[in-house]
Amino acid sequence: MTATVPTGTSAGAPTSDVDPFSHEVLEDPLPMHEALREAGSVVHLSRYDTFALARYDDVHEALLNWQDFQSSAGVGLSNFRYEEPWRPPSIVLEADPPRHDAPRRVLQKVLGPRALRRLREGWAADADALVDEVLARGTSFDAVRDVAATFPLRVFPDAVGIQEEGREHLLPYGDHAFNAFGPANDLVAKGTPRVAELSAWVNTQCRREVLAPTGFGADIWAASDRGDITPEQAPLAVRSLLTAGVDTTVHGISALLYAFATHPDQWQRLRAEPSLARTAFDEAVRWESPVQTFFRTATTDVRVGDVVIPEGRKILMFLAAANRDPRRWADPDRFDLSRDPSGHVGFGMGIHQCVGQHVARLEAESIVTALARRVATIEIAGPTVRHHNNTLRAWESIPVRVALD
Amino acid sequence: MTATFPVTGTGAADVATLRVTGKHVQADGVLTLELASPSGSRLRDWTPGAHIDLVLPNGLTRQYSLCGDRWDSTTYRVGVLREPESRGGSSFVHEQLQVGDLVGVGGPRNNFPLVPSEQYLFVAGGIGITPILPMVRQADLLGADWRLLYGGRHRASMAFLDELAPYGDRVQVRPQDEFGLLDLPAFVGEPREGIRIYSCGPAPLLDAMERTCAYWPPSSLRVERFVADEAAAPARTAPFEVELARTGTTVTVTPDLTVLEALNRVGVEVLSSCRRGVCGTCEIPVLAGRPDHRDALLDDDERQADDCMYVCVSRSRDERLVLDL
Repeated sequence: MTATVPTGTSAGAPTSDVDPFSHEVLEDPLPMHEALREAGSVVHLSRYDTFALARYDDVHEALLNWQDFQSSAGVGLSNFRYEEPWRPPSIVLEADPPRHDAPRRVLQKVLGPRALRRLREGWAADADALVDEVLARGTSFDAVRDVAATFPLRVFPDAVGIQEEGREHLLPYGDHAFNAFGPANDLVAKGTPRVAELSAWVNTQCRREVLAPTGFGADIWAASDRGDITPEQAPLAVRSLLTAGVDTTVHGISALLYAFATHPDQWQRLRAEPSLARTAFDEAVRWESPVQTFFRTATTDVRVGDVVIPEGRKILMFLAAANRDPRRWADPDRFDLSRDPSGHVGFGMGIHQCVGQHVARLEAESIVTALARRVATIEIAGPTVRHHNNTLRAWESIPVRVALD
Repeated sequence: MTATFPVTGTGAADVATLRVTGKHVQADGVLTLELASPSGSRLRDWTPGAHIDLVLPNGLTRQYSLCGDRWDSTTYRVGVLREPESRGGSSFVHEQLQVGDLVGVGGPRNNFPLVPSEQYLFVAGGIGITPILPMVRQADLLGADWRLLYGGRHRASMAFLDELAPYGDRVQVRPQDEFGLLDLPAFVGEPREGIRIYSCGPAPLLDAMERTCAYWPPSSLRVERFVADEAAAPARTAPFEVELARTGTTVTVTPDLTVLEALNRVGVEVLSSCRRGVCGTCEIPVLAGRPDHRDALLDDDERQADDCMYVCVSRSRDERLVLDL
């Protein structure tokens, strides 16, 4: 990783010509994260002329400080002040107060912990059923394809209330949306030919007459009936769930299963104490950071450490690097259920913190609890394969072998 | 200008206990308080229409609308009318509360949010101007078409006239001793679609607004009624006990600790995230006892159920809480 050694300075910040979106880095970003953290509070990335934050305190502060670090110029590399977004911007993720207020408030209620209570029992039963199906086929399976990519797609689209037909479009659509936060590289080019088709299907699912009469989608439209958001905002609020609610949980659950397959002692710990499932998921989100990065744009000249980032410039926040910053976490590379992962920035922080975090936790808790009930040991059974995405840390395949009680 | 990061603490005590940093007379009987974290750290975010619970040093809890600037992340401002029949809240603030004093703060919560619209009508009576003031600023910022009708007993009793002056004839200031009662039908006009009407002030004004808008489309009118002094038990400043129902363990929570910190100290892990009562991660079911809710999540009905609490900021009104842990 010689490329990450600072090669100069810009605005007083050390400069690096590393490409965080190259396949080499996406395969294993940890050395780059460490180099960026150690180079300083702020590192200028010359290749994209953007400023990187990789230390926990700096990333945490930038996430909270919506006044100086805006989202409405896009949370990817593209600056919406000068460039046309690939789709109409999100009314939550890519919005600032005051326009952000109303849709955020509605989604927070629709996806809040109290609203999820009615789903808990059903999702536990769905998880048990999926685990029984998988184990009935044998004790060797792919933890991604057969579990992590299957369970969210069984429960979440139903909870939103979208139609059955075409659900296979959800993962490729989300994958492209998260690639599009990065530069226009081969990963974006790969998804571009299907954008029109996938977007058309997703946009159709957001329409009131297509959505089921109950579910998150119907709840969002009911909020529009009350005037809490406008009828024009309702389909975009549903679109946010379909964009950000599928790939993220798939990769989060993959990360958790990979962590257990490679840390057998932690699996035994969970089996002994099943109530650790929630903590385990958050520890996996900290450890792996399924969402690696988001950008902000400086609304003023912002001082971070000794560096003043000029107004209008893009800032790349490495959530993943912050989540393994030894300044904040003891022995950060260890996946450890005895750690309190509270305060990790894997879901972001502040007004844009993942509004679906409670949904993600409930999905993960349901499936891992179901697995722990039947699976005594879990181990890697073949070569694992990463899935590259400009924003997501993901697995294509994790072959595992399990032993049952 | 160059913005700098404020020094930030990590404990919730940082956002739940604030210092009075300013106390200014705004009008006859109305003053504003400015509040900031003792460490100068960032405060919890808020939106126009939001209020905070102020836990006064005399143990009383009162709700006040935030009327400052949310682009200033380290200061809250509230307006306080000296109520002639005060039962110890507003009179305490006016007579005894001093710059430098510490106060407990819950929320901010918003039961009166500004929903998106291209046209707004605002009607404020007296101290009811406080939640309306940030709404007016926001409507203006968004380029919405808006007007404000602002009534009061007499001009000298009406707060924030100086801050409203730059808006020109969008604002109609109508003190009663000069103009008589507010002419609501003339201001509001005929029922029509696409307009949101916000009103805050004394009960007779809000009753009159509801009559005036009776034939408007549903959800056109949104009002906030200031409730009279709560009969609820005062917040505890003394230690309290938290019993963990699943293990029978009892933990003492002293005033310098959050419930979450007290639980962590005895090795009870509770997953949390924001530690500011905002995200909802640390929700714990409450089996007995009445929590002192300091979060920004639960609405009034949910609070009264007293069936859960966010242990990163909320405390106890009773000597003992029993949690499902």
